[in-house]
Amino acid sequence: MAHFEKAHSLEEWLDQRLAIKTLRRVLAEEYWIPKNINFLWAMGMVLAVTFGILVVSGIFLLCYYQPNIDLAFDSVNYTIMQEVEFGWLWRHMHAVAASVVFLIIYIHMFTGIYYGSYKKGREMIWISGMLLFVSFSAEAFSGYMLPWGQMSYWAGMVITNLFSLGSLELNGLVEWLRGDYVPGQAFLNRFFMLHVFLMPLIIMALIGLHFGALRIPHVNNQDGEEIDFEEEAKKYLAGNKKEAKVIRFANDFLSKDMFVVSIFLIFFFYLVFWHFDFAMDPINFDPADGLKTPPHIYPEWYFLWSYEILRPFPKDPGLIAFGFSQVIFFLLPFLDRSPNVAPANRRGLFAAWFWILLVDMIVLTVMGKVPPMGMFSTIGLVAAWVFIILWVALPFITKNEKAV
Amino acid sequence: MKELKILAVVVFFTLLTYWGVEPYAHSVMHKHIESKGFQYDDLKPLAKKGDAARGAQTFMNAGCIGCHGLKSQGMPAPMDPNAAVASFGVNPPDLSNAGAVFDAKFLANLIANPEHALMVEHKFSKAGRSFPMTAFYGLGGDKDQEVADIVAYLQSIAPKAEEVTPKMAFETACGRCHAVHYDKWTQIGERPKFKHKIDELKFEEKVVDYQDKLTKYLGKLPPDLSMYIRSRGEHYLKTFMEDPQELLPGTAMPRVGVSKESAEKVIEYLADVGDSKRAERDSVGKIVMIYLFIFAFLAYLWKQSIWKELH
Ligand code: HEC
Ligand code: HEC
Ligand code: HEM
Repeated sequence: MAHFEKAHSLEEWLDQRLAIKTLRRVLAEEYWIPKNINFLWAMGMVLAVTFGILVVSGIFLLCYYQPNIDLAFDSVNYTIMQEVEFGWLWRHMHAVAASVVFLIIYIHMFTGIYYGSYKKGREMIWISGMLLFVSFSAEAFSGYMLPWGQMSYWAGMVITNLFSLGSLELNGLVEWLRGDYVPGQAFLNRFFMLHVFLMPLIIMALIGLHFGALRIPHVNNQDGEEIDFEEEAKKYLAGNKKEAKVIRFANDFLSKDMFVVSIFLIFFFYLVFWHFDFAMDPINFDPADGLKTPPHIYPEWYFLWSYEILRPFPKDPGLIAFGFSQVIFFLLPFLDRSPNVAPANRRGLFAAWFWILLVDMIVLTVMGKVPPMGMFSTIGLVAAWVFIILWVALPFITKNEKAV
Repeated sequence: MKELKILAVVVFFTLLTYWGVEPYAHSVMHKHIESKGFQYDDLKPLAKKGDAARGAQTFMNAGCIGCHGLKSQGMPAPMDPNAAVASFGVNPPDLSNAGAVFDAKFLANLIANPEHALMVEHKFSKAGRSFPMTAFYGLGGDKDQEVADIVAYLQSIAPKAEEVTPKMAFETACGRCHAVHYDKWTQIGERPKFKHKIDELKFEEKVVDYQDKLTKYLGKLPPDLSMYIRSRGEHYLKTFMEDPQELLPGTAMPRVGVSKESAEKVIEYLADVGDSKRAERDSVGKIVMIYLFIFAFLAYLWKQSIWKELH
């Protein structure tokens, strides 16, 4: 056994056994972040905080939720919302956080795209990020089933139906996923399991991978400048803080993160207390009824753009387009053929590509919600094609990009 | 400052998306209807001034109590809910509060021609069924005057508007058709606490029997309204109550003819049941906001103190 001296403080005692000083140095004090970044780089921290809110509020909800098709609706809407002290607060926090986390994820993703933070060594950050996006989608969808309202039931029906893969008619697969011919007790139970156990576990592991992937390439900066981190760190440690291009993660960057988080929390709690309807669809306050199809079935807002890529096409091409939209973001680091790491607005055609993609996805989102009739179908179809064409064109646009 | 410009871009696209998926999409999906203030303009105005004393007599002679109870005047319902539902398809409501809950003009029209006032002709006379509440044909005098007298009588015995609680308004106007199980309300009355399982089962049997017959009468069991304040919202409830046909053409739900104040009370009742923590939400919200502003201010000071050495 190793030799241990008598420790003179708790810190020293822990340090002997867990090397906490080294950990602190490596993970915080001498984890170097570029100075030339803006508040968009705090979105990762905002996401971590929001995930924390989801976990904590979820644990409270779990104390009273009943995963049973006869009890689920009332356990949420009566027991939690009205009987349990502050149950309503946990529920509203959980529901609003689930929606807002996607807003922040989209901001975070588009920040990465805008600044080119997915290439030259940062591919794994991007890919682990996309895995997080997919896992969060599964987490959100499974959570949406739990109150067993009309939208839970019918969205569950529509989405699981996609797995029949159109003309392949894999109805056996759909039944296998549901555990029944239609959503029922088996269905609710397995989505409960996914939501409170498997998906959170996967997400936590992926967050670890995402953070790990950041370690070697470091985060990007506002000009895409390549920084010699060792050189700059030396300047900083020598006391030349003003000149050094890097700062410590803690407390330098953290203090800014916390300020951004505090502003975010004001926004978040404003929504929780006074503006929660956007995150808690009214239709889901009607109990699930398999005999009564709601007049409009639509997913939560953050799935609308991909839903709209599915909808305007005939069945099979629609599914292919949908599949395309689900995987294509993963390939971004490889479809962008330009070696430039720079903000989009300095990258010629890519700037147009970026802004068109953003606006197109917003158009798709809105068209995904309104009923697919007349003009709306046309706009949706055009926007879906624009999305596909943009991605097909990306390698050609970026191939001949001038070096910046 | 550059960061503020970036923030403006982020906020702009966020709001644009929000506007598209919420206000805009909902305006496309749902017909928007404004309340007409519960004026019931399609109904015949009250031509005569009623006399409550005379109305008491007219009321007794009109035969209303052959079907309705008037508990506040010591006249219980002639039948219990299950017997009533067997005869009429629905239990005629107790009229003790009718004068306060229903609009006066509506009441007069209801007495003279119930089907028309309730807007259910498409389900009854026009569908070859007769409506269970018989119209009042008059006692031989001036019919308009007699109707006005009955209305005046019902108003005179009803509690004052401010004494009508939200729950009373709901029971009189909606309670015979809609259950509200978060408030233990069933169509045959409040669900009591039971000592013996057998009593509970007996009660349950009565509820189910009532609901079965009501379903036959209306073609559909009216939904439990426990969470309707959240699933439909105040505006929808209000305009739907005022004129169900406009929002759900062909529906069996009658226009119940509540006055404007009573409509607000019904909504308050549904909010008390389905959104009982709204006051607490508001007050806790304010405290949390104050806390967060202090937190943000301190976070700002911390950031400034650290970053002044970095720039
Ligand atoms: C033959 C039985 C019968 C008689 C007589 C009768 N009613 Fe009714 N009344 C009913 C029934 C049944 C309903 C419920 C109808 C429904 O909900 O579809 C009703 C409903 C009502 C309502 C509630 C309407 C609403 O808007 O919800 C009022 C008020 C009322 N009656 C008043 C009267 C008055 C006043 C008289 C005497 C002039 C009278 N009724 C006579 C059977 C009767
Ligand atoms: C005579 C029975 C009757 C009475 C009295 C009645 N309702 Fe209804 N109500 C119905 C029926 C039947 C439906 C189902 C309508 C349908 O789906 O077509 C309904 C449906 C509703 C709905 C759902 C509408 C929707 O969008 O699906 C609401 C809300 C409602 N009623 C509110 C009320 C309120 C508030 C009152 C009292 C002021 C009331 N009802 C009184 C029979 C009644
Ligand atoms: C929801 C879970 C997520 C969490 C908790 C998270 C967290 C973080 C954190 C803390 C950082 C470092 C600080 C920053 O640059 O913001 C970061 C960076 C990054 N993340 Fe995420 N992230 C998540 C999801 C995603 C997704 C969905 C993507 C996109 C596919 C993504 C892509 C990136 C990229 C490209 C970077 C590097 C940014 C740069 O180098 O400038 N992340 N993430």
